[in-house]
Amino acid sequence: MHIWGLLKKMSSILEIKNLNVCFGGIRAVDNISFDVEKGKIITLIGANGAGKSTILRSVSGIVKPTGGDIMFEGESILGLSPDKIVSKGITLVPEGRRVFPNLTVLENLKIGAFLRKDKLTDDIEYVYSLFPRLKERHWQQAGTLSGGEQQMLAVGRALMSRPKLIMMDEPSLGLAPLVVRDIFSIIRTINDDGITVLLNEQNANMALKIADKGYVIETGNLTLEGTGRELLENNSVKEAYLGKSK
Amino acid sequence: MKFWDKNKRLICNLCFILLLFAVLVIIQYTAPSTSMWFSVIRKVCTFSLAAVAMNLLNGFTGLFSLGQAGFMLLGAYAYSIFTISSDMRTTVFRNYGDSVVTFCLPMVLALIIAGLVAAFFAFLIGLPVLRLKSDYLAIATLGFAEIVRGIVQLTQFGPVTNGPDPINNFTSPKNILVYAAIAGICISIIILLINSTYGRALKAIRDDEIAAEAMGINLAKHKQISFVISSFFCGIAGAMFAMCNSAVSAVSFTSAMTYQILLVVVIGGIGSISGSIIAAFIYYASSEWWLKFLDLETVTKTGTKIPLLGPGFRMVVFSVLIMIVVLFFRKGIMGTKEISVYDGIIKIKNLLCGKKEGAK
Repeated sequence: MHIWGLLKKMSSILEIKNLNVCFGGIRAVDNISFDVEKGKIITLIGANGAGKSTILRSVSGIVKPTGGDIMFEGESILGLSPDKIVSKGITLVPEGRRVFPNLTVLENLKIGAFLRKDKLTDDIEYVYSLFPRLKERHWQQAGTLSGGEQQMLAVGRALMSRPKLIMMDEPSLGLAPLVVRDIFSIIRTINDDGITVLLNEQNANMALKIADKGYVIETGNLTLEGTGRELLENNSVKEAYLGKSK
Repeated sequence: MKFWDKNKRLICNLCFILLLFAVLVIIQYTAPSTSMWFSVIRKVCTFSLAAVAMNLLNGFTGLFSLGQAGFMLLGAYAYSIFTISSDMRTTVFRNYGDSVVTFCLPMVLALIIAGLVAAFFAFLIGLPVLRLKSDYLAIATLGFAEIVRGIVQLTQFGPVTNGPDPINNFTSPKNILVYAAIAGICISIIILLINSTYGRALKAIRDDEIAAEAMGINLAKHKQISFVISSFFCGIAGAMFAMCNSAVSAVSFTSAMTYQILLVVVIGGIGSISGSIIAAFIYYASSEWWLKFLDLETVTKTGTKIPLLGPGFRMVVFSVLIMIVVLFFRKGIMGTKEISVYDGIIKIKNLLCGKKEGAK
């Protein structure tokens, strides 16, 4: 038992311990603890306002938690500024894409590598190999891209910082089903290249299919956990998030 | 050949700038000394630097600040206090005995000090003020400018600022090439900054603060840097303004001056350096020179007076012109684009040869 616990600790890249976040008097995240294993795809599912985004934002340092601890590779990153957290190897792909509309695609990618001082050519090539469309449009202003292309750019931009952990907040939001499939296959590819993915999705069906592990979050509490397959077959998940009756 | 392909736009633009400078040299040495060109070009240089500095803040970082007149005032006072000629000092400061600054610095050094004084105050003001956003930031910086204008006129500061009395008899060159050189060097530095990694980070903050923060850009630090640098160049523009007028008095640095600069930035295009320069030229050439005739009561040969022409009418026509520009060029003359001489030449060539535009 003790050894298992230790092994688990070594394999987890991010540990969230008793995290609490309050906005005014409202408790958005209530005493949540979970681990993110290295090299895996972890997904958080839950309804609107369940607190998923708040968890990701607290990890990236944009929101200040009111209690608990966040450990990255065994070190506490609680209270660090967002730029310090990015340089430690955590990047957030923010909700709603949020590319820089008046900068070109290439400039957007370069901004992603803002904290790095070394050469970027290899990384830009890597992103272009994942998203050939971005190479075609590298001179275009990001605001003129389609929604799917903007999402690709947001993911590519996040990859430019060479993250160990990439967190994606609702990557499928507002995209056509075909494009959503592309995005999810890219998430797979990124994960195969050794980057841990923490995914935050409302599209529970797609998310659980590719996830190694899933957590269900309801009104700030963690209510269920299991492998992707387990959760897909779980009756209450089916009912609440997959739109299937028993 | 490869070098040419890579840098053709830069080379063409540099040639164009050299050409402009040559034109200024010709004006300086051939135009009659009463020509309006001199005062207009001095003013255009001064205010194009101020407008470009404001554009760095408003157009490239997205911080809406209206403190420009305050920083220009600080620059103007710093410059004039440090360059006032030794034999005239006691005459100028006759109400307060003598100035606390008892030496006279060379012009370039005083210009840099003028910038540094403005930058130092910007740093202090920026710490609390840059937490504010959009309109609130504008109001706070506007308030700062007004406070500075009030404080330097206090008699308690008399030995430093000469109180409410103007300062004069300091180094004020009249050669337009000096003005062009100062403005040219400062604007080049700003352009280099905008095209660097820092500049890209500033544009990212303008486009989306949250995403910029998520990419690891330290918002507070970069806003502060942009604010301080912009104020540094505003200080230098203030010093140039002092040189233009050969006298400094706090009453001329009103908020109307900030609005003039803002107008130049908006007419030229928020986010375009070349737009700001072109707009500065158009604005000051027409308000100081081309439209001057509207202020004179004119009598035709037949003896009838032309109606409406008279003191103040110039500003009426000018305001209408500005409204027309704002209505028909929503994004300003240049939008967010920059002038590229090479692209212009290619376009004209294509036009003359009858090639279809857009064919690459």
